[in-house]
Amino acid sequence: MESIPLLSILIFTPVIGMLSLIFVDNKNKNLIRSLAFGISAINFLVSLLLLTNFKTTHEMQFVEKHLWIKDFGVYYSLGVDGISLFLVLLTTLTAAICFASTWKAITKHVKEFMISMLMLEAGMIGTFCALDFFLFYIFWEVMLIPMYFIIGIWGGQRRIYAAVKFFLYTMIGSVLMLVAIIWMYFHYNELTGEYSLDILSYHGLPIDPAIQIWLFLAFFLAFAIKVPMFPFHTWLPDAHVEAPTAGSVILAGILLKMGTYGFLRFSLPIFPEATIASINWISVLAIIGIVYGALVAMVQSDIKKLVAYSSVSHLGFVVLGIFALNTQAIEGGLLQMINHGLSTGALFLIVGVLYERRHTRLISEYGGIAAKMPIFAVIFMVVTLSSIGLPGLNGFVGEFLILLGVWESNKLFAILASTGVVWAAIYMLWMYQRVMFGKVTNPKNMDLQDLNLREISYFAPLLILIFVLGIFPTPVIKMMEPSVVHLIDQVGIENRKPLVTVIKEPDKKSNSNYKKLISANNKNIITSRSEKLTKVLNHVYSNSNRKKNSPQ
Amino acid sequence: MTGLKLIWIVPILPLLGAITNGLIGKLLSKRAVTFVALGSTGFSALFALFAFIELLSLDPSSRISESILFTWIESDKFIAEAGIQIDPLSGVFMLIVTGVGFLIHIYSVGYMGHEDGYSRYFAYLNLFMFSMLLLVLGNNFLIMFIGWEGVGLCSYLLIGYYYDKNSAVDAGKKAFVVNRIGDFGFILAIMWIFWTFGSIDYTSVFPVAHEVLPIGGFTVTGITLLLFIGATGKSAQIPLYTWLPDAMEGPTPVSALIHAATMVTAGVYMVARCNALFNIAPTSMIVVASIGAITALFAATMGLYQYDIKRVLAYSTVSQLGYMFLACGLGAYVAAVFHVITHAFFKACLFLGSGSVIHGLSGEQDMRQMGGLKKLMPLTHITFLISTLAIAGIPVFAGFFSKDEILLSAFFGETQGHLIYWALATTAAAVTSFYMFRLYYLTFSGVLRSTDQHVRDHVHESPPVMTAPLAILAGLAILGGLLGLPIIKDAHILKSFLAPVFSTRGAIEQPHPPMQIEFLLMAVSVGVAVIGIMVARYFYYTNPESAKKLAKKEGWIKIVYRTIQNKYYVDEIYDAIFVKPIFLASRDLLWRIFDMKVIDGLVNGIANFFYKLSQTIRKTQTGFVRNYAMIMVLGVVAVISVWFIVLGD
Repeated sequence: MESIPLLSILIFTPVIGMLSLIFVDNKNKNLIRSLAFGISAINFLVSLLLLTNFKTTHEMQFVEKHLWIKDFGVYYSLGVDGISLFLVLLTTLTAAICFASTWKAITKHVKEFMISMLMLEAGMIGTFCALDFFLFYIFWEVMLIPMYFIIGIWGGQRRIYAAVKFFLYTMIGSVLMLVAIIWMYFHYNELTGEYSLDILSYHGLPIDPAIQIWLFLAFFLAFAIKVPMFPFHTWLPDAHVEAPTAGSVILAGILLKMGTYGFLRFSLPIFPEATIASINWISVLAIIGIVYGALVAMVQSDIKKLVAYSSVSHLGFVVLGIFALNTQAIEGGLLQMINHGLSTGALFLIVGVLYERRHTRLISEYGGIAAKMPIFAVIFMVVTLSSIGLPGLNGFVGEFLILLGVWESNKLFAILASTGVVWAAIYMLWMYQRVMFGKVTNPKNMDLQDLNLREISYFAPLLILIFVLGIFPTPVIKMMEPSVVHLIDQVGIENRKPLVTVIKEPDKKSNSNYKKLISANNKNIITSRSEKLTKVLNHVYSNSNRKKNSPQ
Repeated sequence: MTGLKLIWIVPILPLLGAITNGLIGKLLSKRAVTFVALGSTGFSALFALFAFIELLSLDPSSRISESILFTWIESDKFIAEAGIQIDPLSGVFMLIVTGVGFLIHIYSVGYMGHEDGYSRYFAYLNLFMFSMLLLVLGNNFLIMFIGWEGVGLCSYLLIGYYYDKNSAVDAGKKAFVVNRIGDFGFILAIMWIFWTFGSIDYTSVFPVAHEVLPIGGFTVTGITLLLFIGATGKSAQIPLYTWLPDAMEGPTPVSALIHAATMVTAGVYMVARCNALFNIAPTSMIVVASIGAITALFAATMGLYQYDIKRVLAYSTVSQLGYMFLACGLGAYVAAVFHVITHAFFKACLFLGSGSVIHGLSGEQDMRQMGGLKKLMPLTHITFLISTLAIAGIPVFAGFFSKDEILLSAFFGETQGHLIYWALATTAAAVTSFYMFRLYYLTFSGVLRSTDQHVRDHVHESPPVMTAPLAILAGLAILGGLLGLPIIKDAHILKSFLAPVFSTRGAIEQPHPPMQIEFLLMAVSVGVAVIGIMVARYFYYTNPESAKKLAKKEGWIKIVYRTIQNKYYVDEIYDAIFVKPIFLASRDLLWRIFDMKVIDGLVNGIANFFYKLSQTIRKTQTGFVRNYAMIMVLGVVAVISVWFIVLGD
């Protein structure tokens, strides 16, 4: 497996698909659809090789590194670890499902749509795999363009407003991030005398905390807008409402995770001091997002807007988990990123199913649909329950681990965030009730058709994963764990040593030993922040000395 | 030992039944659906019985067996295993759930026979059995929590079984959301437990609780209060009881199984299970006992003037659950569990009996339309009478023994203010026997008052598939008391059986009063019950007119009557102080003002600013060469002037 450039294949298969679509006749819409779906399905199957060949360590795997622009130290370098692996898989899966879902929904400019979607897929996979700032930034921006067109061309009534809003919001963040990257690029050169854009070598790079906070803020803004965190979220409802179904699914399923992924790959390991200094206010923003998103979701009359605001709430959990900086919370956050992709992706598909039949997203237009579409009702119910975190389904595991970890770092935050589970139940069940239950009062809903085979088959993988990740999440967590632990080491807050011995062998007779273990464990918090800082500063000092002493 | 290791079969069988009926039930014949549903629960009950017998055969100190299927969640040091455990406490609950559950499954075949969505009903009901068994058999808090939320889900689905009926769907949602508020407390408690003990397994938490945590400390008080919040949600205690009366929208067998016999007692199970924690948190114990005692009386009074037969029973359930929590709070866990058992028998019987009445009267639930059913439905009548006597606390019947044990613990309790508890509970007992016999007389005595000819023509006794479970449950409502005979030494089988489960550390000493006083107290409790019955008999049997006259009286009686009939307006108050303000604030303040005006106003404002600015600047781009030439000249002049000013010297 080592010799096969698996990640490049994953990125360039959609590109090849794009190029080959150019030569297909515009009018042959079904061929275009089949081709695009085929390409993405193959890409998904290939991506499964990542899963089977993944080794459970924190090292980057499937690494490819080729010199690209020598003078600037730019490399074409790719790799995945436990943090990005599942996001890549989520991307390939979601993309394939999206192509299957657009069969009937997109009838205008089919070819252009498919090309945009394939370009988007390439950009997304590239963003998750890139290990070079230059490459990363290219992919990051590449995603923006097709999404802009998808909203702007195939969107609803106010699509231009939404597309421009989406573009500008995201752009402002990315530009500041670019400035920060350029500053760091020269800083790196100052410290080492080399030019490099290798992301991993920036991990743990000594940066004066006073400057670090500004760099951190620049990155934070870019990612917070993507997530989107309160109060940078207002582009999301507009973008979702206007985007076509497939666009919404990609947007909610993958694009939002770019922000949280960015926190994990860049913010935390590159700016550890700034991260620690920012924990409180970021957590507060995340909690506001959780409650605010839920409350605003509750009062929406448009299903898509409701789901969009629910994303603000769910992603609030993820950010809160990431900045709790312990293993459970970050693993929960990672899981929740996947879970949200599955359940919210499915929710947008569900809205799409309704929209294709009735061409409205207003909740009040529906009611009593369960009687007309029983299979749809079951799928919708399972997805709803997954979204509100019912134990046994995927959503619970992520949410619980996040809250568990947050409880350890800040009880008050955990308590406030936990109210989110109550709100989620209210807005989701109320929405489900108004759409699905009751009597059919609107005559237009009288002869709705239940899901057809194509529709059932693109929901099927999502439903299966909702159950599998709810019942057997441990293998997934275990694959993430080394990377997460490594990340936490990099940030420097050492967690308590594992209690495994105590948990595994509950010896009822030696209770006193148990107590000792607990208290010993409490003292086991190692590596104070100041210790690490001294190390870092020494490093800077010796580096600059070396430079001065070296013969010119 | 093998049987106990295979205890997984008990919950798994109903799950398989649920999956089968849920996925392909629509394709199966009714007979096949019935076979799957009854077969899975029947075998599950049978296996549970064998396992229980095997448990009995073991030495009392080693009556615990764990089996672990796989690791459910493992993240760093946090481990939640998919493991279950059987010990005397979970064994007792397992028997109630499978036994009563199986009887209600049988009954449902008759009751739900004419309904659409027959397979859906049984899929939900089987799923409920699975969740409930997981709840009581789990070996750690998180497995209990799956069951806990699972039964909540099934309750939601089954309350809203008639999903085209808005009131039913509303009630289902209300149940789920109110339960979620409780679950919020429960899940926080689980986290706190994990970070305190480093584990969420019962076996690594309870035995060390008194060593790790100081008695009455902040942590243990916090944990137990959070757990109790969970219990108030699931077991419908003040302030979260409001969902249960509404839950009566569901089919009656569901009310019997979920909202009377099993699910609502989950909170009692949880408190009893965590006795090692509650024992060392005296403050929490006082809270539990107080909430229990107050709920017992409060809910009983709300049952006084209801006319819906199921609602009366619902309030009585809330009230009886109050007794159980009172017992828990007094440290009388055995009495609590004892009452759970007897209550499961007589309350399931009452609900199924009311279902039989409703079935016989073509769906009528208003007691004003009933009456005279004694002759028309003799089997239902006799079983109903037995259960009514049991709940009223008349000797020989099961309810007497368990309720009396609770009253006894309250009277001799060590907790401060225990006599107030006793007074509240005794008053509630009087009220209970009044409204239960009011219900009995309104339903079964006199003549049928229904004016609907269809109803009158079709009154019939229910088929044997429904009356057989009634008979069995009525039998149990008589014999159930044998489990805990008072006074005679060692006759309390349940007490010695459950003893290993209940921690003695910090436990409140249970009283051993002199026999004479015990008899005296029994006489008092029987006395108030008889008074309640006599009053009900006077108003609703001997002198039916007097009740109507009383109801018409003006003045304070009317105000009391109205307040009670409207359930003290609690729903309206909750609506006014929680539901409406939150909704309006979210819509108008958060969304319409903050989101759309403030944030988007800012964003659009910036965009507009640049738009306006460029509109202004654009005007300089006139397209006339002479204008550009002039600006160029002006520019050159300006540059040269600056040049000279700066470098002038």
